[in-house]
Amino acid sequence: MKRGRVSVHGTIFDATEKDGMIQLHDGRLRQEEEVVWLPPVVPETVFALGLNYADHAKELSFQTPTQPLIFLKGRNTFIGHRACTVRPSDVTYMHYECELAVVLGRSGKHIKKEEAYDYVRGYTIANDYAFRDYLENYYRPNFRVKNRDGATPIGPWMVDKEAIQDPMNLELRTYVNGELKQVGSTKDMIFSIPELIEYLSSFMTLHENDVILTGTPKGSVDTKVGDEVVTEIEGIGRLMNTIITEA
Amino acid sequence: MKQVKFKLQGVQSFLDGVVKNEKEIEMSGVSYEIDSLPFDVPVRHTVYGTLLNDRAAYDQFLPHMKEKPYKEPPKHPILYMKPKNTWISTGTPIPLPEGEKELQMGASLGIVIGKTATKVTEQDALDYVLGYTIANDVTIPHDNFHRPAIKEKCRDGFLPIGPWIVSKESLSNPNQLTIQVTVNGKVKGEYTTNHFIRSVEKLIADVTDFMTLYKGDVLLLGFPANPPLAKSHDLVTVTIEGVGTLENRMIPENEIVKGGGNVS
Repeated sequence: MKRGRVSVHGTIFDATEKDGMIQLHDGRLRQEEEVVWLPPVVPETVFALGLNYADHAKELSFQTPTQPLIFLKGRNTFIGHRACTVRPSDVTYMHYECELAVVLGRSGKHIKKEEAYDYVRGYTIANDYAFRDYLENYYRPNFRVKNRDGATPIGPWMVDKEAIQDPMNLELRTYVNGELKQVGSTKDMIFSIPELIEYLSSFMTLHENDVILTGTPKGSVDTKVGDEVVTEIEGIGRLMNTIITEA
Repeated sequence: MKQVKFKLQGVQSFLDGVVKNEKEIEMSGVSYEIDSLPFDVPVRHTVYGTLLNDRAAYDQFLPHMKEKPYKEPPKHPILYMKPKNTWISTGTPIPLPEGEKELQMGASLGIVIGKTATKVTEQDALDYVLGYTIANDVTIPHDNFHRPAIKEKCRDGFLPIGPWIVSKESLSNPNQLTIQVTVNGKVKGEYTTNHFIRSVEKLIADVTDFMTLYKGDVLLLGFPANPPLAKSHDLVTVTIEGVGTLENRMIPENEIVKGGGNVS
C-alpha cells in the first residue's frame, strides 16, 4: 500500500494510491496535480547519513567512514512532492541527493540488525539538497548546508515495507529537466538499513515516525533556478521538485 | 513574582501560574508548594543548541581553528539538535551510559520561541520570544568538533529542561543573567550570559536567516568553557537568575526504570 498526506479543498487528508489516482480518506479520487502534497509522514527525529555510498565519498574526495556519519534535520526543512526549493542568490553549487528514506513504525533500543526490519514501517524518497558554498568544518555537515527551510523534499508516498521485497537492492535515479544525471543502487550503501538501525538504537531510543535518510550515491551536479529535479526509487515512486529564486 | 507557563505530568495542556517566591507558585488563585508539583518537560517541538558561543570557550578553542580539519574560525553559529529522546523534566534521573564515568553539565539559557520566526532582524528578535527556560545540555566530553556529536549529545535523557517557561516580560535583560551549577550542593560553575559572542537577539537573527523557528522551539544560548562534570549518583542543579532551578540526579542507565523515579 502507498500512503500519503495531501491538502485539498482546504483540508488535510490521508490518501492512498488507487489505479494511478489519489484516493482521499473519504473515498474521493483526485489527480496528482489536483492536490497539494505534504510529506507522507509527520516526521519525529530525522537522521541523515553523510558519505554512505563509497562512490559518492570518493567523488567528494573523502575516505570511506568507519562509523556512520549522522546528522539531524528539523521540521522546517521538509516539503512534499511537486513543491519548490529556494536557491539563494549567493550560492554557486547546490546539488540534489536522491535518498531512500526509512520510516520507523515502533520504538526500540538495542535493536539487533537481524530484527531491524521489524521496526520499519515503510519507505519513501527524500531529496536531501546540499548547498556546498555554506560548508563549515564544525559539526559538519552544518545546518546552514543541510537544514535550510524547504530544502528537503520527501514523498510522494510512503510505501509499506511489505510491498518492497529487498530495500537493499533498489535502483535510484535523478533526472534534471528530464535528463538522467544520477544512477545508483541501494546495494552499494556502506552501512545497510539494519546496520544503521542497530547503530543508532545502540545509544538512543528510536521512535515511531523517526526517519532515516540513508545517503546518496555519486552523480551530484549543480542545479539552477528553474530546474525540475526528479528523484526516483524503484518500487517507491518519483519525487518532483522545482528550484526557484528567493524573491 | 514571575509569570510562568508549565506542564504537569498527567495533564495534557500547558498551565499558567505566578511564581511568588522560591517555594510558592499560584495557579488560578490557589497557592501550591513548588516542590510538590510534578513538573513535566515544557517543550513541544525542536531544541537546537549552540556550540562555542561563550567567549572564553571560543578563545580556548581558537588555536585549533586554523588547524585541520577546521582550517578557519566558524563564520556562522555552530548548531546541533537535542532530539525528543533527550528531553527529561526536572527531577527525572539523567541516565549515565554504561562505560562512561563523567558527563559534562552544559548549563544553558533556553530561549523559547513564541511565534514563527523567519529572517528576523536583531532589532525585532525579542518580539519572537515567548520566554526562557533552563536547560542542562548533558554531553559526553569530546574535544573534536568536526563531525556532528550525535553519540555524545543525543542519548536518552541528555537534556533536562524546565521546570517552566518564564515570560520574557518577567526578565529585564536575558543577556545579563547569572547561571550557577551545583553538584551535590557545591558550586561548580558560575557565569553570566553577557559573555556570549552572539547575544540572544543576534543568535535568533543569525539562525532564522536560514532556518525557521516555530512557536515552542527552543534555542540554547550555549554553555561556557570547561563545563562542570558530574558522575554517578551526583545531584546536579542549574539555577538561572530570574528563571528558576532545574534539578536532576545522575543514575547509571541500567538502574533506571524508564520514565520512573524522582530525585531525593
